[in-house]
Amino acid sequence: MKARAIETRRGIRCRVFEAGSGAPLVFFHGAGGLLRDNPFLDDLATRHHVLAPEWPGYGESTGEELLEDMLDFALHGWDVVDALGLRQPHLLGHSMGGMIAAEMACLAPHDVSRLVLASAAGLWLDEHPIPDLFAALPFEIPGLLFADAGKGAALLTGGLDLNDMEALKDFYIGNARRLGMAGKILFPIPNRRLSKRLYRLAAPTLVLWGAEDRLIPPVYARRWAELCPGATVEILPDAGHMLPYERPEAFASAVSRFLS
Amino acid sequence: MKFTWFNLMPWPHLPDDFREQNRSVWVDIPSTLYDPRRGHHVYHEYMDQLEYAESLGFDGIGVNEHHQNGYGLMPSPNIIAAGLARRTSKAALCVIGNSIALYNPPIRVAEEFAMLDVLSGGRLVAGFPVGTSMDTNFCYGQIPSLTRDKYREAHELIMRAWAEDEPFAFDGKYNQLRYVNCWPKPIQRPHPPIYIPGGGSIETWDFCLDHDYNYSYLSFFGYLRAKSLMDGYWNRVAARKKDESPYRAAFAQIICVADTDQEAEALYAEHVLYFFNRCLHVFPPFADPPGYRTINTIKYGALSQMRAEAQKILQNLTWKQIVDERFVIAGSPETVRQQLEECVKGLHVGHLFCLFHNGNMPDWKTRHSTKLFAERVMPKLRDLWPDWSHDDRWWIKPMEDRLRPSALPRVGAGDAIGTRPAGAPRP
Repeated sequence: MKARAIETRRGIRCRVFEAGSGAPLVFFHGAGGLLRDNPFLDDLATRHHVLAPEWPGYGESTGEELLEDMLDFALHGWDVVDALGLRQPHLLGHSMGGMIAAEMACLAPHDVSRLVLASAAGLWLDEHPIPDLFAALPFEIPGLLFADAGKGAALLTGGLDLNDMEALKDFYIGNARRLGMAGKILFPIPNRRLSKRLYRLAAPTLVLWGAEDRLIPPVYARRWAELCPGATVEILPDAGHMLPYERPEAFASAVSRFLS
Repeated sequence: MKFTWFNLMPWPHLPDDFREQNRSVWVDIPSTLYDPRRGHHVYHEYMDQLEYAESLGFDGIGVNEHHQNGYGLMPSPNIIAAGLARRTSKAALCVIGNSIALYNPPIRVAEEFAMLDVLSGGRLVAGFPVGTSMDTNFCYGQIPSLTRDKYREAHELIMRAWAEDEPFAFDGKYNQLRYVNCWPKPIQRPHPPIYIPGGGSIETWDFCLDHDYNYSYLSFFGYLRAKSLMDGYWNRVAARKKDESPYRAAFAQIICVADTDQEAEALYAEHVLYFFNRCLHVFPPFADPPGYRTINTIKYGALSQMRAEAQKILQNLTWKQIVDERFVIAGSPETVRQQLEECVKGLHVGHLFCLFHNGNMPDWKTRHSTKLFAERVMPKLRDLWPDWSHDDRWWIKPMEDRLRPSALPRVGAGDAIGTRPAGAPRP
C-alpha cells in the first residue's frame, strides 16, 4: 500500500495508507494501531478503494493533544474523510475504530454508505465486564486478543527482536503513546454513552465478530445488533478479537460480500 | 534542618502469605482483610504517635492520601489532620497531600485546607500531588493521559480561590463554576506553604520552580537510589537560575534507631521487612498505565518504583540488603546520625520526612526509635545548613495567639456552665 500524509482543516497531520480502486472504503484501526503487515487491507484493495488513516498518536500521525473526548475523535474522523475528498464512503472500524465509526455514523447518518463494525468497542454490559487492557500484563495480551495466542504474539511484535534494548524501548514508548491516546475514550470503562445515539443510524450495518473473542466477547455482537436498526450479524469461527489479522481472508470476504 | 514525623498508616494485620495469595496491596486488595474494629485501635494508636512526635520536638507531623491501599489507611488525610489539630499546638500539620485532580470540584480542597489552616492557627503545609496511577487512574477512574491537565486546572482553581477577594466565574475544561467564593480562607497569606510530592516526573520540577513550591521526593528506597533523581532536580534549579536553598526540597527516609546496630536489627527487622515485602507488593501494571507518564519522562528514564523491576528487587529482600543499600537508615544513634548527614548533604535537602513507624511495628518500638532519634540524633543534625538558617519560605507562619481546646468540665461541677453571666442582656 502507498502511504501519504494529509492535513485536516483542524491542522492535524495524518498518515493514510491507500490502495485499490472502486467505491471508497475507510478502515479505522483499533487501540493497538496498524500492525507491520495488514494483509486484510491488501485483500480488500483488490475490490475497493481502501484508505486506512492512522489516528493521532499512532505511527506518523500527530496532533494527539487536539483530541480529548469522543466528539473530538468522531469529528476528526469526518475531517479525515473530508481531507481525502471522499463522498459517502463505506466505513469499516475495528475495535476502538468501530466505536469511532459508529459515533461518526450517529453524527452524520446519511454521509455513510455502509457501516461495518468489527469487534467494536463502545458498549458495556455489567454481566459481561470487558477485561482491563490497561492493567494487563504483556504476556496476557496475546491470549486476550487472539484465538491462537502463540501466533498472535508473533503478529503483535511484528518480528521485533526482544533482545534489542533500543527496539524494546521504542516499542514501549510507542505503546505508551498509542494506548495513552486510546485511554481518552476507552479508560476506565470503554463506554461513552454511544448506546443512546445508535437509533440514529441509517446506513446498512454489519456487525462482524470473532467467535473466540476473549476481550469483547460475542455477546456484545448481539447487543450491537439490538441497538443498531436493521443490522446483520456475522460471527467468524476460529477468530479472536483481532479477527482481521487472525483470519484476513475470511474477514475480507465477509466485508466484501456485505458491501457488494 | 526541619524534621517531620510521618506516618503512612499501614494496615498491620496483613497475613504472612499475603504476597503469595494476592497480586496487589493496592487497588484490588481484598477488603475482607480489613477489620473495622481493629481499625479503630489502629487509627488511635497512629494518631497518638503523631501527637507524641510533637511533644519530642519534631517540627512537623505528616499524613498523606491513598485509596484502596493496605499500607495507607487515609483516603482522607484531612480527617486525620483535623483530629491532630486539636491536641497539638506547635507542629506543622503536613498534609502531603490532597490529590487535587480527584476532587470534583477541587474547590473542596481549597475549602478543607483553609479549614485546617484556620483550625490549627496557621500550621498547615499543603501538599498537592499529581497522585499515583494506582489512586488516580485505577481507583478513581481518571483518564491517564488527561490526569496532568486536570491537575493543572485544579491547581489554578484552588490558588485563585485562595487569592481572590471577590467571587469569580471559573470556566475550566473540567470544572465550570459560576461563583467561586472560598469561605473560609486560610490564615497563612497568600497561601500555606505548598509541597509537591513527585515520584520522578520531570515536568513536576518545572512546575515547582515556576511557582516556587517545595519539591518532595517521597521514595521508599533510600538516598543512594535517590541521588541521580535529586541531582536532576538541582541541575534544573541551577538552569532556571533559582537559589539553591535546601529548603526547596524534601526527602522521605525510613529511620530506625536503637542503642546499637545489632539491636536495631533485632528490634525492627521484621517490621521493616513486613513493609517492603507485603506493603509494597503492587501489581506492576497498576503503576504504569499507558499515558500516565509523559513521553519525555519515559525517555528520561525515571521509572516508577512500583514497576516490574522494582517488584523483583522486593522479592526475598533481607535486612542486610536494605541496610547496606540504605533503603533504611538503621542502627545506633551515631550510625544513624552519620548516614543521615550523608543523606541530607548528598541530596541537598532541608526538609526530612522521617518514617519511624514501619509496617506492623508495635507502638512501643515506634516510640522507642522516635525518642532516641529526638534526643540523640536530631540535635546534632539541626544546623547542617547554616547559610540558610533564616530561610523560612517553605515553612508555616502560625498566628501568635493560638487557642488550645478548652478543658471539658467535670461531671457534676457544671452548675455555672451554660448559665447567663451576670449582666448579660436577656433576649
